[in-house]
Amino acid sequence: MNQRQLAKIAKRVGFWALVGLIMLYAVFPFYYAVITSIKPSSELFRVELWPSTWNLDNYAQIFSQSSFVRAIFNSIIVAFSVVFIALLLGITASYALGRVRFRGRSTVMLVILGVSMFPQVAVLSGLFEVIRALNLYNNPAGLILSYTIFTLPFTVWVLTTFMKELPMELEEAAIMDGATPWITITKVFLPLMWPAMATTGLLAFIAAWNEFLFALTFTLTDAQRTVPVAIALLSGGSAYELPWGPIMAASVVVTVPLVILVIIFQRRIVSGLTAGAVKG
Amino acid sequence: MSTSSNNSAPMEARSTQARRPRGTKVRRQRVKAAWLFLAPMLIALTLVAGWPLVRTFFLSLTDASLSDLGAANFIGLENYLIYEDGRWYGVLADPIWWRSVWNTVYFSVVSVSLEVVFGVIVALILNAEFKGRTIVRAAVLIPWAIPTIVSAQMWAWMLNDQFGIINHLLMTVGIIDDPIAWTASATYSMWAVIMVDVWKTIPFVALLVLAALQMLPKDCYEAAEVDGIHPVRVFFKVTLPLITPALMVAVIFRLLDALRVFDVIYVLTSNSTSTMSMSVYARQQLVEFQDVGYGSAASTLLFFIIALSTVAYLYLGRNKIKLGGD
Repeated sequence: MNQRQLAKIAKRVGFWALVGLIMLYAVFPFYYAVITSIKPSSELFRVELWPSTWNLDNYAQIFSQSSFVRAIFNSIIVAFSVVFIALLLGITASYALGRVRFRGRSTVMLVILGVSMFPQVAVLSGLFEVIRALNLYNNPAGLILSYTIFTLPFTVWVLTTFMKELPMELEEAAIMDGATPWITITKVFLPLMWPAMATTGLLAFIAAWNEFLFALTFTLTDAQRTVPVAIALLSGGSAYELPWGPIMAASVVVTVPLVILVIIFQRRIVSGLTAGAVKG
Repeated sequence: MSTSSNNSAPMEARSTQARRPRGTKVRRQRVKAAWLFLAPMLIALTLVAGWPLVRTFFLSLTDASLSDLGAANFIGLENYLIYEDGRWYGVLADPIWWRSVWNTVYFSVVSVSLEVVFGVIVALILNAEFKGRTIVRAAVLIPWAIPTIVSAQMWAWMLNDQFGIINHLLMTVGIIDDPIAWTASATYSMWAVIMVDVWKTIPFVALLVLAALQMLPKDCYEAAEVDGIHPVRVFFKVTLPLITPALMVAVIFRLLDALRVFDVIYVLTSNSTSTMSMSVYARQQLVEFQDVGYGSAASTLLFFIIALSTVAYLYLGRNKIKLGGD
C-alpha cells in the first residue's frame, strides 16, 4: 500500500516535471529575448535570468528609426491584403470545389496540393521576371502578389473541407428559391463559413507576416521592406558588434502580436492546422 | 371533373419528365458557375506558380543575368554540366552544390526524426487530462508562431560564443571547459541550425499527433489497464500503430518544409558552406552572383529532388500504412 502510494507520487512528480520542462523549453527563448531587450546596453553582456536594472532604451532606439517603423507598416499592409485576397479567391474556389461535382475537380485539387508543396526557390527567378514585368519590384504590392503562392492553396484546401461538411439541404433550398450561385455563396454559405474563414485567415496572416525569402529578394530599399527582413538586416555592419539589444527589442515587437493571437485563438489555429494536414 | 383528371395526369407526367432536363440545366449552370468561380484562383496560381516555374526551367537553359534578364542566350545544358578544356563545369560538377545537397538531406533527416520523437512525447503529455492543459498548449504554440527570422536571432543570441546563456550554462555545469562558437564552427553550426528548427517545429508535429490521439477509441486503453499491461507496451502495441497515418502526414509536411529550408540557415550562419542548403545555394547564385541561368539550374534540380522524394515517400508510405494495418 505504502509502496503503491509512493509510486503514484513519483509518477505524479515525474509528470509535472515533464510538463514544466516542456513549458520552459517552449517559452524560455522568448522570455530571454524580452529580458535582453529591456537591459541597458552596459548590462547586456552579463548573463542573468532576471535583469537587475532595466529600461526601454532599446525600444526607443528602434522606434526612432524610420525604416523600422516603415517596415512594420509595410508588414501590416502586406499581411492584411494577403489575407483579404486569399479569403476572397479561396471562398469562391472552395464553393466550386466543395459543392459542385464536375469533371476536372480532382485534377484541380491535385494541382492545388502540388503548388502547396512547391519549394519557393524553384519559382524565384521566374517570379522575379513576372514582378519586374508588372513593375512591382521593390514594392510591397509585389510581395502581396507573390505570397498568394503559399497562402492560396492552403486557404482553398481548408475552406473546401469545411464547405463540404455543410448540409446539402441549405443549398437545395436556395436553389429552389431561384438563387444564383453567387447569392448562395454570399447569403447562405458566408455566414456559416465565418469560423473557418477566421481560422484560415489567421494562418495566412501568420504565414505572410513571417515570410522571408521573397521579402528579401523582391525588395531593395529600407522603405519597402517588411519586418523579418528589417530584423535580419539589423545585424548588418560588423560581424563582431551585433546590436543585440535593439535586435531583441525588434524581435519582441514583431512577436508580441503573434503571441497574443495564438493565446486568444489557439483552438482555431489548432483546428485549422489539423484540418489542413489530416485531409491532405 | 374529367378535364381536371385529364389535366392532372399529363401534368404529373410532364413534371416527372421536366425534372430531368430542368435538373441538367441547373447542373450545367452550376458547373459553369463553378469554373467561373475557380477562374480567379487558377489565374492567380498560374501567374505566381505555373508560369514562373516554366520560366525558371527555361532560364536554367540560358546565360541570363539578373541585371538584364531580357538579354539571355540559349545555351542548352551548359549550366548543369559541360566538359571544357579537360574539366567539368556546371552545377552538377560543383562540389559546393553537392555539399549543399548533403547538408539539406542531413538537416532534413535529423531534424524531422527529432521532431517526430519529441512531438509524440509532447502530444502524449498534452493528451493527458490535467489542470492548466490549455495554458501549456498555448505555450507550446508560441515557438511555432514566432517568425523563423526572429527565432533564429533569439537563438543566435543565446548561442553567442562569448555572452550566450547556453555556453554559460554548459560551463557552469561543467560539461564544457571552453565556450563553443556554435554558429561559426564547422562542427557545431549544423547542430545549431537543427536545434533552432526542432525547437520551432515540435509544436506542429505535436498538434497533429494530438489531434490523432484524441480520436483514438478509449475502450482498448481501459481493457489494457484492466489487464495490467505496462503503459510503454500499450504505447508501442496500440497507440503507435493507430497514429501512424497521422505521423506519416506530419512527416511529409515537415520533410517538404525541411528540404526547402532557407530562413533559419541564412540568418544563423549566412552563406557558410558547412551549413548551406540547396535553397541558400540557389539564391546565392541567383541574387548575389547575379547568375540567373546557373541559379535557375540549381532551383530546377531542387524542384525535381523534392518532387521525386515526395513521390517516393508517398509510394513507400502507402505500402507501410497498409502493412501496419494488416
